[in-house]
Order: sequence, then structure tokens, then C-alpha cells
Amino acid sequence: MLTSFASFLSQLAQTLLVVLVAPLMLGWVSQCRAWLQNRSGPGLLQPYRVLFKLFDKDALMAHNASAIFRGAPYIQFGCMVLAASVVPIIETNLLFAPAADVIALVGVFALARVFSALAAMDAGTSFGSFGARREMLVASLSEPALLMVFFTPLLIVQSSSLNVIVDTLAHREFALYPSLAFAAVAFIMVLLAENARIPIDNPATHLELTMIHEALILEYSGRHLALIEWANAIKFTTYCTIGIALFMPWGIAQAGAWQMLPAAVAVLIVKLCAIGAGLALMETVSAKMRIFRAPEFLGMAYMLAALGMLTLLLLGA
Amino acid sequence: MYLFDAAITPPLDLILGVVLFWLLIGMAGVARSRSLRFVSRVLFPMGAAGSLVLAAAALYAIGAPTAVRVLPLGLPDLPFHLRLDALSAFFIVLVGVVSLGVSLFSAGYFRRGEGATPGLLCLQYHVFLSSMVMVMLADDAYLFMVAWETMALSSYFLVTTSHRIAEIRRAGFLYLLIAHIGAIALLLCFGVMHGAGGDYSFDALRASELPVFWASTAFLLALFGFGAKAGLLPLHAWLPEAHPAAPSPVSALMSGVMLKTAVYGFLRVTFDLLPTQIWWWGVATLIMGLLTALFGVMFAAVQSDMKRLLAYSSIENIGVIFAGAGLAIIFHAYNNPHLAALALVATLYHCLNHAFFKSLLFLGTGSVLHATHERSLGKLGGLIRNMPWVAGLSLVGALAIAGLPPLNGFVSEWLLLQAFLFSPGLPNPYLNMLVPLGSAALVLAAALSGYVMVKFYGVIFLGQYREEKMRTARDAGAWERVALAWFAAGCIGLGLFPMAIILLLDHVTLPLVNFTLSAAISGNHWLLFAPVAAERASYGPLLFLLGITGTLLVTFLTVRAFYHGRIKRGAVWDCGFPEQTSRMQDTAEGFGQPITQIFEPFFKVRRRMPDPFSSHPVYEKSNEDKLWFWLYLPIARANERISSWIGILQHGRIHLYLLYSFVTLLALLLFVH
Repeated sequence: MLTSFASFLSQLAQTLLVVLVAPLMLGWVSQCRAWLQNRSGPGLLQPYRVLFKLFDKDALMAHNASAIFRGAPYIQFGCMVLAASVVPIIETNLLFAPAADVIALVGVFALARVFSALAAMDAGTSFGSFGARREMLVASLSEPALLMVFFTPLLIVQSSSLNVIVDTLAHREFALYPSLAFAAVAFIMVLLAENARIPIDNPATHLELTMIHEALILEYSGRHLALIEWANAIKFTTYCTIGIALFMPWGIAQAGAWQMLPAAVAVLIVKLCAIGAGLALMETVSAKMRIFRAPEFLGMAYMLAALGMLTLLLLGA
Repeated sequence: MYLFDAAITPPLDLILGVVLFWLLIGMAGVARSRSLRFVSRVLFPMGAAGSLVLAAAALYAIGAPTAVRVLPLGLPDLPFHLRLDALSAFFIVLVGVVSLGVSLFSAGYFRRGEGATPGLLCLQYHVFLSSMVMVMLADDAYLFMVAWETMALSSYFLVTTSHRIAEIRRAGFLYLLIAHIGAIALLLCFGVMHGAGGDYSFDALRASELPVFWASTAFLLALFGFGAKAGLLPLHAWLPEAHPAAPSPVSALMSGVMLKTAVYGFLRVTFDLLPTQIWWWGVATLIMGLLTALFGVMFAAVQSDMKRLLAYSSIENIGVIFAGAGLAIIFHAYNNPHLAALALVATLYHCLNHAFFKSLLFLGTGSVLHATHERSLGKLGGLIRNMPWVAGLSLVGALAIAGLPPLNGFVSEWLLLQAFLFSPGLPNPYLNMLVPLGSAALVLAAALSGYVMVKFYGVIFLGQYREEKMRTARDAGAWERVALAWFAAGCIGLGLFPMAIILLLDHVTLPLVNFTLSAAISGNHWLLFAPVAAERASYGPLLFLLGITGTLLVTFLTVRAFYHGRIKRGAVWDCGFPEQTSRMQDTAEGFGQPITQIFEPFFKVRRRMPDPFSSHPVYEKSNEDKLWFWLYLPIARANERISSWIGILQHGRIHLYLLYSFVTLLALLLFVH
């Protein structure tokens, strides 16, 4: 009873932490980018200000928008919170984790994405429908790549539960896995594509010929837009924490190891800051690709992930 | 014999009773052939009641001991043998639950002027259903082939219901042709298996000692024959022609159930009738399955006709099912019963899932077709406003088929992936590497099916009306709604309660691979579902649903409590472009364009560009199947050439033919001496 209460508390704390910190993570990345580009930047808290502003405004909807359009932001938000709740970030004692393994995690992302694409098609505008098409195209290539990325640690640990993967990879004798290096590179490529970051998409543009993600949410306003933006922030942060969990899990405390928690929190902050700075650097030095090049980029991610798996099966490491 | 049989086997008798009842309904339909009201409001609901009894009896029979029976029908000394074991009972349940919904739908669907008279349609429909049940019950090759052919013929007549349209007749012919090529392979397969004995009962086939070479031959013939019925890769060509041609309830039955009879036959022959399994059989099946899945989903993505799109999606799902069967063969051949049971359960589960969601979507397209008289995606759009019931229920089907949690499509895909990934440990090092890599193809197909379903659903139901007449479209009637709701409920239920289905499927896997999955998961919580071991992989669909709806509600209420629920309606914004017409939405072709671009080598793309100075420019583009040009047309041409050579002999004069007979006789006499 006590242990399940403890894991409930741990679950609640970790999920709330990701949900609340997520906009800060976006703020940190754009601040880093501003510094690298010699600008002063909007400040770390800018995403929160945007959210408060949007929540306060009235929601404007097209005349012909249906229930799908209204419901989709809530569904996306719900999916992302669920996704955040199965990734261990501080401690591997998550109550909810057995309900969804890594395959189900990819399924949650897909569910949110399908609803965002359907909602974009709902208003029946030119931008909405081409945004939906592009988003689904990118997803249909990045989703298999993401699954393949997961399969390498899954085969190493012989478990598809993220909790067990982290527990095993973080707390055993150090071993080098060349296969995980391939998977890590593929994962970074998928992360960029799925979160509408620079080489695939540019979060700062509304130029109609190049946008993917912005085209999807063009018709949204007010609290609906706020929920979508927040959901995307959670998605981005969750991707970062997945990367940490799979490829640098050192420091995540084992279940019940209370004395390790402060250290785990500190390590997490350092890792997230480093990832944010790294992504900002990557985005600063690369340019956005033409949309037709995106399949090549994602095809490479898919192949790298498959190669990682093959390396593991060949070398056993 | 039948009448005096002492041992009473209630489920089998009930099932036979339903078959008889269906045939009587068919007769009654012919008796009042012109009365649409009688046929649709009385006979089809009665047929649905029969389906319910059938499903219940078969459900009971899955756990019951095997029942056998000999019917005094058929040829002298060649009676019909029947057998109801767990495998056939499972597939009969599938026939029952799908035909229940489809019959209810049909009660409200058929209109006048669809070609065949209502009574005839009723007869063909019920003969079709009965023949599928008989295929599952058959316990000798003779009855199996009779039922198989009855099924092919009755479905041929159903496909060509609107026989006045030449295109539909052509589609029907192609279907009949491939069905019979497959049937020939099956006949040969049974011939090979039966060896030298004179007995074609399945018991004799099981007992016959086949050398490895002949067993492999029989297996390949079975793969070919059942593959032709199921739509495996080189023999898929009839599916995208026949499904759009048939009336929607018939498409639903064919896709939902008839394709599964092929899966049933394949499993029956490989796991039950053939004495051993050899690993490369599994590899061949697996590779064919994965190729079929990728092929099907790619072609589904570029279709502009909603029923063709679904037909290609059926090809994809059949590919997934056969990939699972292939895995099961591999594991069984290497004596790994746990993984074999896992792969087999995934296969059977996917059969059931596909039956539900594909029937739901085909019936949904039927409602759309009747409301709008349009099958082309390019002319539909915005129907969620006029047809909220059909749109809402179809959404469940579309999400399920896209393999999204917590619906049913995800569960079987998840199970299959587990089977792929936990395979290391096979004695063959190459397979150890290649089987996990096969999952790469599976996940690609699964992800693309999400693309296909967004296209399907978004273009039909969302957006603005692409044609003015969509404004007047009306929602489906009560019968159709009930049927759609039944299938949607099935998609949700099968997704949320996988443990119940696993317990049921245990009875099927035990005789086939000597393992029950639930034995491995005895310590499990009913909320969580872990087919291998709890620390290896688990999934809790109910918790999952609870998690999403819980956060959704909390978010909604929090936003309401702290802010407001005000909504203003206005014109669409679309970056401020003033001129907005429905023609500016993405079309079905537009949605397919990136797929043709990425996977160009797989398609034969034909483009016709307009002249730059033309005042009425016409742009044309078609994506065709390369296999037509590489396989079907060369065979057809070779066939014609050979026929024309043989035609030299034919002159239509009787004395020449007598001369031929005489010469042949002489030659034979010489040869014999």
C-alpha cells in the first residue's frame, strides 16, 4: 500500500513537472538561439506569457467547423500528458508505466497527430489541408523511424517497458553499445522532424509554401491555440526526456532510492539545459530543407535506426 | 445416419440449423422475389437473428470438445464429413458477428433498380453466408471444395449485382478467373496431400505420411490457392476491381469474412493437415505477407475512389495477417511454442479486428454512396455536418484501422510486433537477424495506414462540400445506424478487453501449437495485458483510455473554471485570403501525390500534360499497378497465342474432328502395344 502510494506520488510529481516545465524548455531553446544569433531574445518566460494571453482571449471558429475541430486540442493535450507520464525522468517508479510501453507511446503520439491533421482538414481551407497532408507525410516516415529507434534498446534489455529499459541501462556495469550510437543519431533526426524544428520545418515562419506545423493550427485561436501550443511544448520536452532515458540514463534514481532524488533532479536540469543548448546550436548552423528533401532526411533516420538494430544483432552489442 | 446419431452435439446441430434456416430464407426471398419490403424488412432481419444464434453457438463451441458428424449427402460412398473444432468455431464466430451487422445494414440498404431483384439478391446473399460456414465445417476435401466453389460462385453473382454496367461485368469476370485459378491449386494441393490412398477425409490426410518434398509442394500450392482468395501479392488484382463493383454490404462481407476463409484454409492446411512445418515455409509466407502489406498501403494512399481505397487497405491487412501466420510457422518449426502461440494469436486477433473495422468502413461508404451517389473522393467532402451518425461511427473505424490505441487495430499490431521482437534465440543465425528487421516493414506499413486513413476520413467527411449536391445529403436510416454502431462497439470492445479474447484464443492455439498464452500470464492483473511476461511488455488499454479521458476532463474543467467558454464564429481565416472556394481544398489526388513521388519506382505513373495554349486544358494522371504489365498482360497474351495455335486444329467440320479421334485412337493403340 505504502509503495503504491509512493509510486502514485512519484507519478504525479514527475508528470506535473514535465507539464509545467515544458514551456520553459521551449523558452530556453529560443533564448539560446537568440544568444547564438547575437540577439537579446524574448526571455525564458515568454512562452508562459503567450499561453496566458491566449487563454484569456475568445476562441474564434469557422462557421463550418465541427466537433472534431473543437475537441482536437483537448485530445492532443491529453495525449501529450499521457506520453509525459510514462517516461521516467527522475525516478523509475511510475505507477502508470505498465499501461503503455514504448510501442504504445508511439501510438499516443500518432493518436494526437491524427487528430491534429483531421482538425486541420475540418475547416476546409487550402492551407489546412496541405498542412495535414505534409504533417502526415512526415509522420508516416518518422513514426517507423522512431519505433526502430526504440527497438534497439528493447532488444538489448529484452523489454519494451521504458521503466525497465531505463532501470537496466542506468544501473549496471558500463558497456559500450555501438548500436545505440546509430539509434541516437536517428533519434535526434526524428526529434527534429516530429517537433517541427529546423531542417524539416521552421517554427518561426508563416511563409505559406514552407510551413508544415503552422499550417495545421492556422485556424485556431484563443484557448484552443493555447492548449495546442502547450501540448507541443510538452511533446518537445517529452522527446528530450525520452532521449535522456534511452541514451544517457545515468543519474535517474531507482525505485525507492529516496536519497538519490536531489542528485537526480540536479542531473536532469543539467541534461535538459545541455540538450536545449545543443538543439539551438544545431538549428542555428543548419538551414531549412525543401519539403521534397524531407523524405530523404527521414529515410536516412529510418535506415540508421534499422542499421543500429542490425549492428546489435550482428555484434550482440 | 444423421437422424439416428445417438451422440447429440448441440453447437454443431445449431450451426447446421442456422445454415438450413438461411437457405430457407433464401428460398422465401425467391418466392416473393419482387417485394423489396418483404425481403428487406422481414427476411434480412430474420437472417440477422440466425447470425446471432450462429455466433452464440460457435462461441460456446470454441471451448467445447471437438464434434464430428457425417451427413448422408453428397455422392454415393462419398458422404460429407463435418467437424467443429476450436479453429473452425473461431472463424464461424467471425462469420456470425460480421453477418449479424451486415444483415441488419442490408435491411435498410437495398433500393429498387440495383440490377438483380431483391429476392434473388436475398438468395445469393444467404447461400454465400451458408457456404462460408460450410467451408469452416468441412472435414473432407470433397465438401471443402464444394463449399469453396459455392462461395466463389455466389459471391460472383453478388459482385455482378449491377450487371448492366460493362465495367462491373468485367470486374466480376476477373474475380471469377482468379478464384478458379486458386481453386485449381487447392485441388492439386489436396491431391498431393492425399498421396496414394483413396480417402479424401481430413483424418486420412492428417494420417498420410508425406515425404518432405511433397509436403512442401502441398504447402506451396496451398499458399498459392489460398493466397489467390485472400489477395496475396501477385494474385491481388481482383480485389480492387471486385470490391468497388459489389454493393457495399457485399463488399463488407467479402472483405470482412470471405478473405478470412482463405486465412482459415491456410491455417487448417499448414498447422493441422500437414504433418510437419519447415522453417522456410514460414519465411516465404512472412516475406509475401510483408510485401503485400507494403504494396497494399502504398496503393491505398493514391486511390481516388473510396471503395478502391478500402480494397487496397484490405490487401494491406491480409499482408499483415499472413506475415503473422508466417512467423507462427517459423516459431513452430523451431519448436518455440510460446512465440508460435503469440504470433498465431496476433494473426487470429487481427482477422477478427479487420473483420470489424473493414466492415464498418465499407458499410459507411455504402451509406455515403446512397446519400450522395458519389464514390469518387474528389466530389465528396463536409459530410460530417449532414451525416453525423455515419461520420462519427466511421471515425471509430478509421482510427482503429490506423492502428491507434486504445482501439482494436493497435492491439493486434502490438502483439505482432512483440512476436517479431522477442524472436532472438532461434537456432538459425540468419533468421535471428532477419526476423526482427521484418518489423521495420511492418511499422512502415502501419504508419502509412495512418496516412491513408486521414486521407479517407478527411476528404469524405471533413472540410467544405466539394459539390453542391452534398448539401442535401441525408444521414443513414435506423437499420444502418444500428449496424454501424454494432461494428464500432466491436472495434472499441476488442480494443479495451484483449484479455477476454486471449482466453478465447487459447482454445484455438492449444491444439495447433500446443501452447496457451494465458498459461504464461496467469499472475496478471485484468487491467494489464502482458502476453510474454509482465516485465517484458505490458499494455493496459483501459488504464490508457482512463488516462486520456481523465486528463481531457481535468483540462476542460480547469480551463472553464479559470477562464471562460466563449466561442465566436466567423469566416475561415486561411492567412487572410479573401477568395475561398471549396475547390481550393486538397483533393484525393493531391493527398496521394507525395506518396507517388517518394515511392515512384513502385507505380506506373502516366501523366498527360495540357498544351500550353489550350483554352480548355485537361490534365490527367493515373497510377497503375506495374504487376499488370509485368505479369498479367504477358500471361494473357501468351494464353491468347497458345489458343490461336490450338485454334489451327479447329475448323468446325464434324468429319475433321472424327478424323482427329481416329488418329488419336490409332496412336494410342500403337503406343499401348
